[in-house]
Amino acid sequence: MKPPAKAVKKSSRNIAPAPELLSECELRRIVDTVLRLARSTGAEETEVHIDEVADNLTRFANNGIHQNVAEQGLTVSIRTVVDGRTARATTNRMEEDSLRATIEATLSLAHSQPKDPRILPMPGKQRYRSVNRFVKQSAALSAEERARAVRAACDLAIKNGQVAAGIFASGQSQSALGNSRRLFAAYRETHAEFSITMQEAPAASWAKANFADFRAFDTQKLAARASEKAHMAANARELPPGRYTVILEPAAVLDLVGFLFYDFAATALLDKRSCLNDRMGKQLFGKNISIADDVYHPLQQGAPFDGEGLPRQRLLLVDRGIPKNLVYSRATAKAARKTPTGHGFALPNEYGEAPMNLVFTGGDSSLEKMIASTDRGLLVTRLWYIREVDPYEKVMTGMTRDGLFLVEKGHVTAAVRNFRFNQSLIEMLNNVELLGPAIRATGEEAFEMVVPAMKVRDFHFAEVTKF
Amino acid sequence: MWDHCTIALETARLRGATYGDVRVMHLRQRDLTTKNGQIGTLAQSESLGIGIRVLANGAWGFASTDRLTREGVAACAAQAVSIAKASALAKRTEVVMAPEEAYVDSWQSPFRKDPFEIPLETQLTLLLAADEEMRRVKGVTLTETDMQFRKIDSWFASSIGSRIHQRKVISGCGIAATSFQGEEIQKRSYPNSFGGQHALQGYELIESLDLMRNAPIIAEEAAALHSASQCPEKVGTLILGGSQLGLQIHESIGHPIELDRVLGQEANFAGTSFLTLDQLNHLKYASNIVNVVADARLDHGPGLGTFAYDDEGVPAQCADIIKDGQFRGYLSNRETAHLVGLNRSSGTMRAENWNRLPMIRMTNVSLLPGTWDFDELISDTQDGILMETNRSWSIDDRRYQFQFSTEIGWEIKGGKKVRMLKNPSYSGITTEFWNSCDAICKLDHWTLWGTPNCGKGQPMQTMGTGHGASPARFRNVRIGTAFSNQ
Repeated sequence: MKPPAKAVKKSSRNIAPAPELLSECELRRIVDTVLRLARSTGAEETEVHIDEVADNLTRFANNGIHQNVAEQGLTVSIRTVVDGRTARATTNRMEEDSLRATIEATLSLAHSQPKDPRILPMPGKQRYRSVNRFVKQSAALSAEERARAVRAACDLAIKNGQVAAGIFASGQSQSALGNSRRLFAAYRETHAEFSITMQEAPAASWAKANFADFRAFDTQKLAARASEKAHMAANARELPPGRYTVILEPAAVLDLVGFLFYDFAATALLDKRSCLNDRMGKQLFGKNISIADDVYHPLQQGAPFDGEGLPRQRLLLVDRGIPKNLVYSRATAKAARKTPTGHGFALPNEYGEAPMNLVFTGGDSSLEKMIASTDRGLLVTRLWYIREVDPYEKVMTGMTRDGLFLVEKGHVTAAVRNFRFNQSLIEMLNNVELLGPAIRATGEEAFEMVVPAMKVRDFHFAEVTKF
Repeated sequence: MWDHCTIALETARLRGATYGDVRVMHLRQRDLTTKNGQIGTLAQSESLGIGIRVLANGAWGFASTDRLTREGVAACAAQAVSIAKASALAKRTEVVMAPEEAYVDSWQSPFRKDPFEIPLETQLTLLLAADEEMRRVKGVTLTETDMQFRKIDSWFASSIGSRIHQRKVISGCGIAATSFQGEEIQKRSYPNSFGGQHALQGYELIESLDLMRNAPIIAEEAAALHSASQCPEKVGTLILGGSQLGLQIHESIGHPIELDRVLGQEANFAGTSFLTLDQLNHLKYASNIVNVVADARLDHGPGLGTFAYDDEGVPAQCADIIKDGQFRGYLSNRETAHLVGLNRSSGTMRAENWNRLPMIRMTNVSLLPGTWDFDELISDTQDGILMETNRSWSIDDRRYQFQFSTEIGWEIKGGKKVRMLKNPSYSGITTEFWNSCDAICKLDHWTLWGTPNCGKGQPMQTMGTGHGASPARFRNVRIGTAFSNQ
């Protein structure tokens, strides 16, 4: 009973028109079908998640496109509750028989386990704040348009004697959630991303942007920035490991602090695996650090509801260095006698919840001001392969990558070989001397956030590599 | 499924494709987890769709869909050709593919017990019992267990005439105990961290692990680590347990030998490689006792990198990577083989699912067994540290400099394990490290470890890889740097 693909809109610029997503009416029809089928199976409660994507990604290397892909897919994920037990099954086959078999699979899984007295009744109808992050121009961006932008970036690389590699991606996605207590939520968004590495052997540098609207960034400007920095990164010299003042560009901040936020889940504290155990309400970070989770921020993406169907709340996580609030799913909120914050994952799961829309309070120091104020330090473009070494002190390891520069007496004076760091995030957020304006940043190790550049003293570099 | 393949290939040909290959894939997966004696995840999923890869105007295009109607498949094939023609607007060279035979075949990975036929109650009862065993130990504050099963059918067809059906059954299982005390979190896992052991096997894998015997052991160790001595910072002798060595192979041999990385195709994301083409047959990668192969054949074992044909229709092969310490080979595909003087792909193209493009991936990249008995290796070591079970891993984007930490360490003095050490770590430069290897344990201690979570590519693909390893000894290694604060 899968609804047929809607007629594609023909654009004169498109050579491969993007498929349109299902309408909200069609999403409701799938939910209603599953709920109708489930009623005849003995399920006491039923929940339906629908996810649909239509994504495209053009990938280039060695100054030419080498991979170019498109993906279209729709999944239906069903959770039932019966006799104090629950389970989930997922399919991408929309025929009625397949949906019925998926419902029966949830019941079979549920029956195989002991009763769980913690299971809550599913939530009823909710009210959601409207957010609009669907840009039809991004949804319609064609392979040809992406190829032309890539061609221009590669031409710049060739002109500058460099080699370009990267991606230009665009697409659209939507999620819907409905249940047998008449809850229904739906959300759609577009995305566009351009990432480029310019190589001037053996040096390289990088720039990247990610927005709902591809017109929010200029691919040629990003290419030019990466190209200029790659040239600056040539002839890197080796410095001894040790503690340095660093100026972390927003992408470097993002990828590092991204490892902190699962610790703000109430479940993580109950499990005693959070670095915030015994530390809530204390002055853990510097007074210049304030962090909120805010899906409604204009630079954020994402649905205004969580995996349980509750509206996401804006929440202050850290207030002037003090961890103030945790995020709660319905179950952890009940256990702690708190109000759920709308950050729960789809049930059943063992992780509970997490903040996914981080917004740091920024400052007014530009990168240029940070450099000008630095007597001796390092400017860090990007970090790589970050992993947790110590979960309670939040010591992270990783490498610098794609442009590490020495700053002396207020100026960038040389390129530097890449370092390995072993650095506590808690210590780092106590050592922030200057903050830039918070911007929408994108990296590779963490999801996008609104974060500032940071100037940090005493950042610990443990070893140096060969380039 | 073959009808879908035929429609896709014919549509692509009519639209101008000069080559095409198609994969219909059907994945079924079951996930079970427990936490602190309660069910965590209880879920299963299936996914069915088609991925179509074509060459047109000398460039690649790929499109995928789950709309498996005649119209849906034909539209997807047409989209793949349109994308290829767009790629040609910014191509640098014409794609040239190494020749390959056409194969018509069907293959199924061997297993004794279909995990999807084992009652769920049996599986959950075992996990909950292991969970309870760990919770009996004082000081344990978090217990976790997991099982994962996958059944993957793929139907591959190409315009050179191949028609290959493969079915793979994969099982995985692990348990972990965590202890929070004072200002410290310690954790022990069995049989490996980050999800346990995974292999191309049925439920017999789970039964072979003996979770009930090992659950109290790791729980006791997790609690005991708090009072263990800190791993010292020094340059010294290191013995790695098999699973940690498997990850060391993965990061410092498996990834650098991927020819797409070497050629710069991953420069923007996964990185490049220090193994530039001039190093082949010239680089002394490791000491003379080190022999590494990339072996996708079933003869090598039921690894996550075992199959009959890769996702380009090339039969599974065994290739020397390091022979007597010398660097001998890369992982290649039909497009890159000629660049390293090969007239045929080494058969390493793999895709995560129907909606992902095949790319060069590790198969089973394994260190061949040596000659040492493990007890003999310990008694031969006067002053060293044995490290077991990975805790963190990181390596630079050209795969030179790495740092690993493990869950537990043991100090060895005068040929004996004398005390437990907490927070062990080591670091080094890839070729210096492998050239310092002076002892490898024999086949009795060799396990084909499964790494189920190797990420690569844009859009990201997660792939399972296999790494055979037995404990081995390394000299003059930097130890303890991860916790150094200097």
